[in-house]
Order: sequence, then C-alpha cells, then structure tokens
Amino acid sequence: MNNIIKRYIPQILAILFVVLIFGFLTLNAQTNMDNRGIDFGFGFLSQESSFDVQFSLIEYSGSDSYARAFLVGLLNTLLVSVISIIFCTILGVIIGVARLSSNYLIKNSAAWYVEFFRNIPLLLQIFFWYYAALRALPMPEKADAWFGVTYMTVKGYYIPSMVWENLNIFLYCGLAAIIAIIVLRNYASKLRDTQGKQIPVLLYSVALLIVLPLLSFLFGGVTLEFEIPELKKLSKISYIYEGGISLPPELIALVLALSLYTSTFVAECVRAGIEGVSKGQKEAAASVGLTPNQVLKLVIMPQALRIIIPPTTNQYLNLTKNSSLAAAIAYPDLVLVFAGTALMQTGKAIEIVSITMLTYLTISLTIAAIMNWYNKKIEIKEK
Amino acid sequence: MFKIIKQLTSVVAMFAVLFAFSTETMAAKKSKTLENTKKRGFVRCGVSQGLPGFSNADESGNWTGIDVDVCRAVAAATLGDATKVKFTPLSAKERFTALTSGEIDILSRNTTWTLSRDADIGLTFVGVNFYDGQGFMVRKGSGIASTSEFKNGTSVCTNLGTTTELNMRDFFDSRGISYEPVVFEKADEVVAAYDAGRCDTYTTDKSGLAAQRTKLSAPDDHVVLPETISKEPLGPVVRQGDSVWEDIVRWSLNTMIEAEEYGVNSSNADMMKTSNNPAIKRLVGAEGELGAAFGLDNEWNLRIIKQVGNYGESYKRNIADTGILPDRGPNELWTKGGILYVPPAR
Repeated sequence: MNNIIKRYIPQILAILFVVLIFGFLTLNAQTNMDNRGIDFGFGFLSQESSFDVQFSLIEYSGSDSYARAFLVGLLNTLLVSVISIIFCTILGVIIGVARLSSNYLIKNSAAWYVEFFRNIPLLLQIFFWYYAALRALPMPEKADAWFGVTYMTVKGYYIPSMVWENLNIFLYCGLAAIIAIIVLRNYASKLRDTQGKQIPVLLYSVALLIVLPLLSFLFGGVTLEFEIPELKKLSKISYIYEGGISLPPELIALVLALSLYTSTFVAECVRAGIEGVSKGQKEAAASVGLTPNQVLKLVIMPQALRIIIPPTTNQYLNLTKNSSLAAAIAYPDLVLVFAGTALMQTGKAIEIVSITMLTYLTISLTIAAIMNWYNKKIEIKEK
Repeated sequence: MFKIIKQLTSVVAMFAVLFAFSTETMAAKKSKTLENTKKRGFVRCGVSQGLPGFSNADESGNWTGIDVDVCRAVAAATLGDATKVKFTPLSAKERFTALTSGEIDILSRNTTWTLSRDADIGLTFVGVNFYDGQGFMVRKGSGIASTSEFKNGTSVCTNLGTTTELNMRDFFDSRGISYEPVVFEKADEVVAAYDAGRCDTYTTDKSGLAAQRTKLSAPDDHVVLPETISKEPLGPVVRQGDSVWEDIVRWSLNTMIEAEEYGVNSSNADMMKTSNNPAIKRLVGAEGELGAAFGLDNEWNLRIIKQVGNYGESYKRNIADTGILPDRGPNELWTKGGILYVPPAR
C-alpha cells in the first residue's frame, strides 16, 4: 500500500499541475478575448475566401471557402516538400558516396560542397536564388528555348503540358505491368530458392514496363499530344507564354534552396552510414569473390541503411518545416495563404495559427511513421 | 470532437495571450492605457516599415509622415512632449496582432477602415487621416493607359494581408480577366519584384504607389493609371475596450483638422488665445474645460497645434513638399472642396 502511494502520488501531482496550468491559460485567453470582443470559432472556414492564389494544384477561385484555401496552401507545401525531398535524397546520396571516393578531386569537391551549402543560413540561400539568380533570367520575349520547347524566364519556367486521350487505359496498362513484375519477382526468388536457377529479373521488369504501356498506344486508342507554350503579347513591352504548364520562379527558387541545403545533411548521413559498416565486412565480401558493385549492393548498403535512415528522417522533417520560409518569397504555401492572407482577412489568429501548427505536426508525424515503417523493414530480423 | 479541437486550440495560443493581457484589466471610467502611457513616459505607436509621406524613418532613425504625426499629437496631448513616442515598424500581417495583444497602443499605419476589421477583430477605428483609393502602376513603355487594357495572364504584385488583395480579386473577377497574384509580405519586396519585371503591374493604394514609385530604379519610366478601383479611408486604430483612450486619439486627430479649418497653426497658436472667436479659443484651451473629459489638462489641444501643427501643415511637410502627392484632392477641407469634415470640438 505504502509502495503504491509512493509510486503514484508524484505522477498524479505532476498531471494535476499540467492540467491546472493549461486550465488557467485557457481561462485567461477566453477572458481576455471576451474583453476585447473577439469571438472564437471555426465557422469562418466555410465562408467565401474572396482572395485569389497565384498557384494551385486544385481548382480554386475567390468564391471558394477558406477551407479550400487551406487545402490549396497545404497541397503547395506538400508539393514543394516532396519535390525537394526527392532531389535532396538523390543529390545527398551522390555527394555522400563521392566524399568517400578515393579520387582526390571528387572527394574534395564533395567536401567543399557540403561545407559551403551547410553553413549558409537557409533563408539567405532562398533569397539568393530568388532575388539574385532567377531575377537575372531573361524576359519572356527574349528567352531562348531549352530543349526546343521549354522557356526559362523571369516570370517562370514554361514547359509543355500533356494532353491525353484515354489516359485511364494507359494507367491500367501501367498497373498491369507492375503487378506482372511483382509476380515475376516472387516466381524468380522461389525458383532460386528451390532449384538454384537465376533469371534476369531486372531486364524482364524493364521490358514489361516499356512494352505494356506501349501496347496501349498501339491497340488501346491512347493518344498523347503536347501543348507547347506560345508567346503572347500583353502590352507593347510585356509578354507571357500561354498554353503548357508554368512553374513559378518562387517554386523553383524554393526547391533549389531547400534541396541544395538539405542534401548536405543527407550526404553526411550517407557517409556516416557507409563508414559505420566495419571494414571487415567489405574485406570478407571481397575475399569470397564479389565484385565491388556487388559488395556495395549486397553487403555494405543493407547494413549502412540501418544507420542512415533514422537521421535522414530528421532531415526530411526539417525540410518540410523549413518549406514554411516560402512566405519570404511569395510562394503560396500553407503559411502564406492560410496563416498569412486568410488570417489577415478573418482576424481569427488563434484558430488559424492552431490549425496551421496541428497541420505541420500531422505532416511531420506522417513522414516519421513512413520512415519508421521502412526502418523496421530493413532492420536486423532476429530469429 | 469539435469541442476537443476547440479546447486544444485555445490552449495552444494561450501563452502569447497570457503574457500580453494578464496585467491589463478593463477600467470603466479611467483609461488604463492612458495611465500606463503616463507611467511609461512614452506613447507606443505602430507604423509601417517605411512608406514615404506616411511613416518613414531617416538615416538617424527619426520618423516622419502624417501617420507618425497622429501619434506625435497624442504624445503632445497626453505627455506634453510630441517626441515621446516609441515607433514599432510593422508589416501588414503583423499589425492587428501587435495592437490586440497590447504591444502597441495606437496603430497608425495607413490602415483601411472596413466593417469586418472594425466589428470583428477587437479593433476600433477612430477616424480618417487620409482618403485613398486603390490604383495600378505600369511601365510607361507598355502603352497601357487604362485598366481596361489589362489582358488575361497579367501578373500583379501586391502586399499580403491587405484590402488590396480582396479589391484586385473583385476587380479582375468582375471583368472576367484571369491574373496571377504575386503576394509579398514586405512592401520593399513588392517593389523589388515589380522593378525586376516579375510583374506587369503593381497595385496598392494610390498614395502608396506614388510613394513607392520614388524607390524604383527609374521612377520616370512608370506611371500610375487614372482609375481608382476602391475606397480606402486610412486612419488610426486602437484596441477595443478602452473608450477614453479611443476618444483621446480621435480628438487629437480631429484637433489637427479643425485647427486648419480655423486657421490656427503652430506659429500663431499662442496668439489665438485672445481671439474673438469662441470656437478658436476652445481649440487652444483658452475657453471651456474640454480636456477634463479625457482626464487631461486644458492645454492638451494647444500643445498638439504648437508641437505638431495642424493637418494642413502636416500634409504640406510630409506629402506635398516631398513631391508624393502635391495635389490634396479629397484630402482638402470641406470648406475648400475636399471631404475632410470633423465634428466640432465643444
């Protein structure tokens, strides 16, 4: 009995203390908001937003609700985060491996790259890309075509858009190819385990992935046309490209800054992971006759990944949160659209800031959950 | 579920609110804000981050402008010294939170008076010190002479968190023109983006356009289009809940305007004490007990006129002489064809 009291009393007191503090804070906020005649509520979310957003992945206009404006901001945040995560991972792995190269030049350029981009504040890098680098681009009418059909201008990067017919048939074929590949892989590993036979799975997979969708063009009535951006005159001296897709310079600057900055941290994670695998493993693998590529793929990487994944997850989370710096250069992300314009127009500071905070928390927890699942999958399975 | 979210979210924002408000309680008759201001020894005033003519700081940190003069007038009335003001530069996004959380006591930052702002978010507008309207600036070389010549795909630079954002949507939507809004938090960023050719046009209040034009690399290459697409009555704002403080700010502004109407200015104010006109005598504190209503002495208005000047002097010093808008337009007294008209001080 005495023991139970000793064990639980401090915990109960601690919880009580936290509850009391939060209760006091809530009461205080409510009293002060009442005094100032500020209402609390989420009814504004269904009201008409009556402002426009520069760039949106879904249909949106000023006559839509604040809730939809929130969704527009959220999708833009996710877009810039996903693109940057992909780029920073590719770049980070390359740089990380390069830092371990035995070639003096490669090794040292990679080290310089890491030290340079890691030690300049991110906001400064965003400003550099937006104000210095992208602003130096030509006006639309003076831009040269890149690859014949894309135009990099001060107003954005214009690329052709794809106009599909019977897109669903094409997608079904792609899906069929993926299912076929999975079946093939299972069959191949069974064959290897039971009869010791090897079949070139990779070659067959690539062939499947190309041939099946190609068939849909020939027999499924799928057509694909490109809409190429064309110069249009707005006034005597100003032009714009019409048709195709326009990637705003704000998005490009943000992706550049975020992926270059975060790639340095990913590179360090990769380097640490590879160096963390003991040298004996590599030597043992080499001594049984594996080629250097096989050593990396079959022995080093599976072990290194276990070290790489957890800290890299952190970097992905940082990147996503850092994307809120978008507000500094007019990229319409969650912070600019919702915690910026919507907050100003409604004055619902507490509600909007809370929703925004909860949203970032949810995104972060989701990324962490996905990475944890992946980590579980590759960690040592003790039998 | 809804209730839980509601409670959770109120919890989240409480820290800020707690520390901002806990020391202040509402007073029925006396003004807590006035008391605190006297105790502190200076007026806390929120201004813009630099808008020539309205609120702008020079190299040595001296603030000038007609918005700045409103705060100086309040300082002269309440503390006896127009220089006892602490200015806090605020972005459009920050301004209302700074006021409602008690970081500043007056927001005099070219802020448009609208119904929702006045009624919804704990603010009270006390008057209008500049009648403005939204316009567009374009490059002269573009040959655009009217807003009717805007075409689909026009990119428009403007400020975040302003009525401008809403007006331009109304404007382009009602004309069925698709446009690309490029929205920055700071005015300087908008100017830089427009200057670099990111946008075809720059939209904000016309006075703002005139002022910001001076910051462009080649001001003469740009022109403000003649159309005005909205009403923008700009004026000082106070927190809701302190009606005495609200009255002090309102009547400090009104005093400046009425002084101009009666021809009282900073150089002749003392002599006007012996004027034959009772209205003028009241205006310089020689008759009546006007200050008592706010808990101020009887020379509060005289100090405003002597130290800050009347509205006409302020306008001339800050906006006309600096070449921003030499023509007063609607901001002329009602007796001279404008719409500046304030209730009588009696």
